[in-house]
Amino acid sequence: MNAVSPDLDRRFRNAAADEGLLDAAYDFVDSPVGPLLVAASKRGVCRISYDADPERELDHLARDFGVRVLRSAKPIDPARRELDEYFEGTRREFDLPLDVALLADFNRRVLRELARVPYGEVVTYGELAARSARPRAARAVGMVMNRNPLPIILPCHRVIGANGKLTGYAGGLERKETLLRLEGAIL
Amino acid sequence: MSLPPFERFYDQHREEIFGFLVRRLGRDRAEDAFQETFLRALRAYPNLRHGEHLRAWAYTIASRIAIDEHRRPRADADLPELESLDSRPAFAQLEHLADQLSPTERAAVVLRYGYDLDYSDIGAALGSNATAARQAASAGIRRLRQKELR
Repeated sequence: MNAVSPDLDRRFRNAAADEGLLDAAYDFVDSPVGPLLVAASKRGVCRISYDADPERELDHLARDFGVRVLRSAKPIDPARRELDEYFEGTRREFDLPLDVALLADFNRRVLRELARVPYGEVVTYGELAARSARPRAARAVGMVMNRNPLPIILPCHRVIGANGKLTGYAGGLERKETLLRLEGAIL
Repeated sequence: MSLPPFERFYDQHREEIFGFLVRRLGRDRAEDAFQETFLRALRAYPNLRHGEHLRAWAYTIASRIAIDEHRRPRADADLPELESLDSRPAFAQLEHLADQLSPTERAAVVLRYGYDLDYSDIGAALGSNATAARQAASAGIRRLRQKELR
C-alpha cells in the first residue's frame, strides 16, 4: 500500500538524469549474448559488461566516475537502440559518444585503431599492434582487448590470432563466435 | 565509512522514506515530496564527507520537504495545519546549539524539536527505536541545558 510504485521509481530515476545530477547512469540491455550492463557518464557510454555483478559494478563506477551512480533507463536508451539494431543486423557502425578518458594513452590509441576495423572483417593482434605504431606489441594489444571497457561497440571480437584461431575473449569464446557469425565474418 | 554509490543509498532508504512521507502528507502529495527528497539528496550527495548517519540525513531532508509541502496552499483538500509551521527558525537555532552533541543526540534533538517528528520516526531515522530516540533526545537536551548554565 505504501510502497514506492514502479512508476514513481522510474520518474525519480529519469528526473535525476534529466537534471544532469548523475556521474554515471546504468541499465541492463537484453541481447543474444546475454544481458549487458551498459553505463554512461556525462561524456558518453563508459562501460559494457557481460555477466555483471551489479554490486561490484556499482563500486567500480563510483570509484571511476563519482558517487552519484544510479540505475536509470533514459540515458542508456540511445545505446540500447543501437545495440538492438546491431543485433537485428540492421546496424553496422555505432554512432554514440564514448567516454574513454580514464584509459591510458596506449590503450586509447589501440582502441581508436580497433574502432576502424570494419564490420564483418577481422584483424590479427599483430596487425592491430602495427596499426597502433607498436608492431611488436601484439601481447600488449591482447591485454588492451582483454580490458576493453566497451566490448561490442569497440569491436575487440574482430581481433584474432595470427593462426586464424579466435584465441580469446573476455566475455568467453562462445560470445566472440556469436558476434563474428552475426557479422558474417565466420560461417 | 565511505560514501556508498547513490544507488545503494536510494535502494536502502526509499521505502521507509516514502512510508514516512505518506504518513505525513497522504499518498498523493507524498509522491512529489518523495521525488524532491531524493533529488535534493542527490544534489548534496557529493558534498557529504562520509557515509555515516545517512538514514537520519535522509529523514532530515524528507522532514524539511514535508514541512514545505504543508505550507503550500492546496485547493483540493483542507488538511489541518501543522503546529510546526515556524519550525525552521527553531531548527536553525537548534542546529547551532546542537553542534557539540554526539551525532545521535544531535539528530534526535534536531528531528524532535526542529522538525517535530514523533519518536517512532526518529527511532527509524536513527536505526533504533522510539525508546532509544527518546533517550537520545532527552540526553541531548540535558547536555544543552548544562552548557547554558555554565
